[in-house]
Amino acid sequence: MAAENISFNVLKHDLVPEHHLLTEDEAVAMLNRKGMTRDQLPKIRKSDPGIKILETIHGPIDEGRVVKIVRKSETAQEFVAYRLVTRG
Amino acid sequence: MTARGITKRIGSIKFSCVSPDEIRKMSATKIITADTYDDEGYPIDMGLMDPHMGVIEPGLRCKTCGCKVDECPGHFGHIDLAMPVIHVGFIKDIKMLLESTCCHCGRLMLSEDQIQARRESMDKMEELGGGTIEVKNFSKETAKDASGKGVCPYCGEEQVKIKLDKPTTFREVEDNHKLTPKEVRERLEKIPDDDLVTLGIDPSTCRPEWMVLTALAVPPVTVRPSITLDSGDRSEDDLTHKLVDVLRINQRLRENRDAGAPQLIVEDLWELLQYHVTTYFDNQTSGIPPARHRSGRPLKTLAQRLKGKEGRFRSNLSGKRVNFSARTVISPDPLLSINEVGVPVFAARELTVPVHVNEHNIEKVREIVARGPEPGLDNPYVPGANYVIRSDGRKIRITSRNAEEVAERLEVDYTVERQLVDGDVVLFNRQPSLHRMSMMAHRVRIMPGRTFRFNLCVCPPYNADFDGDEMNLHVLQSDEARAEARILMQVQENILSPRYGGPIIGSVHDHITGAYFLTHNNPRFDREAAANILFRLDGEDIPFPEPYIDEVTGEQYWTGKQLFSTVLPDDFRTTFKANICQNCSVCRKEECEYDAYVKIRDGQLLCGTIDVKGVGNSKGKILDRIARDYGSDRARIFINQVTRLALGAIMNHGFSTGIGDEDIPPEAALQITNHSQECIDKVSELVASYQDGTLAQMPGRSLRETLEVNVMQVLGKARDEAGRIAGKHLGMSNPAVIMAKSGARGSMLNLSQMAGCVGQQAVRGERLSRGYWNRTLPHFEKGDLGAYARGFCSNSYKSGLSPTEFFFHAMGGREGLVDTAVRTSRSGYMQRRLVSALEDLKLTSDGTVRNTVGTVVQFRYGEDGADPSRTVRGKAIDYDDLFAEVLGDEADALLHIDNSDIGGDYGSLEKDEMEYIEEEDSDEYDDLDMDYDGGGE
Repeated sequence: MAAENISFNVLKHDLVPEHHLLTEDEAVAMLNRKGMTRDQLPKIRKSDPGIKILETIHGPIDEGRVVKIVRKSETAQEFVAYRLVTRG
Repeated sequence: MTARGITKRIGSIKFSCVSPDEIRKMSATKIITADTYDDEGYPIDMGLMDPHMGVIEPGLRCKTCGCKVDECPGHFGHIDLAMPVIHVGFIKDIKMLLESTCCHCGRLMLSEDQIQARRESMDKMEELGGGTIEVKNFSKETAKDASGKGVCPYCGEEQVKIKLDKPTTFREVEDNHKLTPKEVRERLEKIPDDDLVTLGIDPSTCRPEWMVLTALAVPPVTVRPSITLDSGDRSEDDLTHKLVDVLRINQRLRENRDAGAPQLIVEDLWELLQYHVTTYFDNQTSGIPPARHRSGRPLKTLAQRLKGKEGRFRSNLSGKRVNFSARTVISPDPLLSINEVGVPVFAARELTVPVHVNEHNIEKVREIVARGPEPGLDNPYVPGANYVIRSDGRKIRITSRNAEEVAERLEVDYTVERQLVDGDVVLFNRQPSLHRMSMMAHRVRIMPGRTFRFNLCVCPPYNADFDGDEMNLHVLQSDEARAEARILMQVQENILSPRYGGPIIGSVHDHITGAYFLTHNNPRFDREAAANILFRLDGEDIPFPEPYIDEVTGEQYWTGKQLFSTVLPDDFRTTFKANICQNCSVCRKEECEYDAYVKIRDGQLLCGTIDVKGVGNSKGKILDRIARDYGSDRARIFINQVTRLALGAIMNHGFSTGIGDEDIPPEAALQITNHSQECIDKVSELVASYQDGTLAQMPGRSLRETLEVNVMQVLGKARDEAGRIAGKHLGMSNPAVIMAKSGARGSMLNLSQMAGCVGQQAVRGERLSRGYWNRTLPHFEKGDLGAYARGFCSNSYKSGLSPTEFFFHAMGGREGLVDTAVRTSRSGYMQRRLVSALEDLKLTSDGTVRNTVGTVVQFRYGEDGADPSRTVRGKAIDYDDLFAEVLGDEADALLHIDNSDIGGDYGSLEKDEMEYIEEEDSDEYDDLDMDYDGGGE
């Protein structure tokens, strides 16, 4: 439902960091590695343009999935963050 | 983690509505009469001051719990309202509920499926760590979806739109029928519990109909104490006044209703009761006039007690007053160490530190106690003691009379409140506390006099000066606090600023001038002068350096660079360019003709001048390096020693400045006048060409804008040229120039304004243009666009401004003042909001930044996990230093080639920005000082 309205792929924009959808196994592994629970992760809305683009690739993304965001960092060259997909 | 003696802890707190039944149940008495006291002055039973609700007069006992004044916490009473009344605080929720539910059957107007979906979403949200705010927003959405339906999906009833007439009246839009609170209550009663959960309300603790009041809780008398005036009259609290109003109207409403008065009269009274109850909760409700006192002052009712800066939360709960603190005027003392603070004897005798008595210290403590609170000897100062706290908790005040006796009876396990002694750890603070360096731990030095004293190097972090500033001092009371303060808060631990990883504490003003005199062009000192400078480093174990021998005269001498080297660590090495560096196109390094190339090897200053870039605050390279590589204690010693050396040098040399320093020879003055006249003529030409239309228009600008740009350019050049000519004639031996070039105080711009030409005055970045119609002042012709008519000051501060120039200068100056005033208030508000957003974030042991709930805010602190105060100007690794370590002196060559190739790397770029920002900041705070001193806090 999201895909048809997308006229521009935000993920291709220079200022938008890379978004990767983690598989359930990857997500669980990441959480175990970091010693975190799902509810402690920062959130990203399902209506976020980035998620909508990912949905065109992976199909519908449910709440509770984890997205890995790799962004360029002034202090650490590359920085990996994770976000939990929530309603909205 | 449970502390000793603690068996219960609070797991969570839930706020909810209170039901009328509960109000009646917790009520100590029902209030029926509006009278408070009888003729004899005793409170009337079932009146507002009923002793069942607690006592405020000493000697009386509470009729509910039987306790005396300070023991009884007070008890609630209640008023039974004759007719129900809406609670203003819940008006939004009531509106939401009325709109989203059916007016007939009370069901939430969504289909079963929709409700089911919503409930599942809410559960999911909770599971995934959604905050209360998110859940609240979600239920708001639910309500919005449900409202605005024409027909109820359950009973098929046609819905009538409801409008809220602020603040508390509901109206049915179609027939303008006003909903009485009674009707509202009936509708709310109909809403089933299950639908409430979907709307985010927990029906087990909060039924919506409780938002329409049938009983009003009356706060205990202790909450609204009456004061007895000197005349013997009683003055009641604002809340009591308001409750009296409520009671009166309530009584009248009941009588009228029971007597079967006309509907109109009852409705009027009902509305009046609603008004009184509304203002009782919040007297600033928009849409109704605030209830006033007889004098015309608006009453301070419940909401006013809590809200705002003076409210309960900000002033009583987050704002605390403390004991063991002192405040007085500050003054400088360059001989104190940077981590010391001079405390007046007078304050030291009041401030105490608790000492726990044990077998080992009992004799010593006994001696202190025996001296009493005023040992009489102020020079030398000996500490006494003010209180003894026995093991059973009894506190005994020590007086000079009972001191001996109390000392006799001192036992192990007592606590003695001993007066301050040298070396105690205290916190020292100056408002506004904008960063963590605004509150640092110092060691006490008891001194005569009445002011707090500290080393001038500590002025920048506190942003203090001595024009009447006052500062606060807090004495730490526990060993834990002292240890923490010593490790984290001592001055030397804060030399490197966490803002940019450079030193914030360092030499200031005269210290820099002194270091300049000591090292610039390597002056020679004879034995006496050298000793005079070095002996200031008293107490520190520094050997007198070996003298040089003059080849011609055979006399012994010491060089300034040699003396400076005595305070450097033995293996210290660094290379940098001093502030006086002229940025020549080809750097001659060691052979620099200005002595600006600083090279230190093995703790010896080989060449170069030490100025603000060497030891100054925020720029000092040597300081930076020592603090980073040799630790905070070494840095503290270094700063202390440099301060003393520099003062020795400047006192040996002698230094003063005055307006005479800006004297320039007549021919230079003539040159400046001629040049600015040329420029002014050029401006006239430009204006003429503008007026006859021959001025070439710049792309993207109107003709007028082109003119302005050109004029600004010409006049800017005029000032620069004047400054250049003046600077040429002032020379490096001029004290004012020395201060400006070494970075001690002032800038070349300041000097050129004093000696050469003040230059163009501007408001909003443009030449002055406003004032009269088409002109700035009546001294000029209308439409005059020349230099003088638009705020150019060709005079210097020293030669004096002409009347029109003076006025223009005041215009420009005023803009600056207004700007800073606006900036401070705005940045203060922004700071407040930032702090409240960030205050509960903390760095956890796994490197993540989390809030109090445990939600991750940043997966790694600052993304690289580096503490900015331990970085090298923002970078985690100092490559220059690494190269130097590996390659030795070859690294310098490499370093400079790199720099010249890239032409200003990231670090230097950022540093320049930093300096710029800092200048801005300091201006801002200077003005803030003015406010503080003027306001008298």
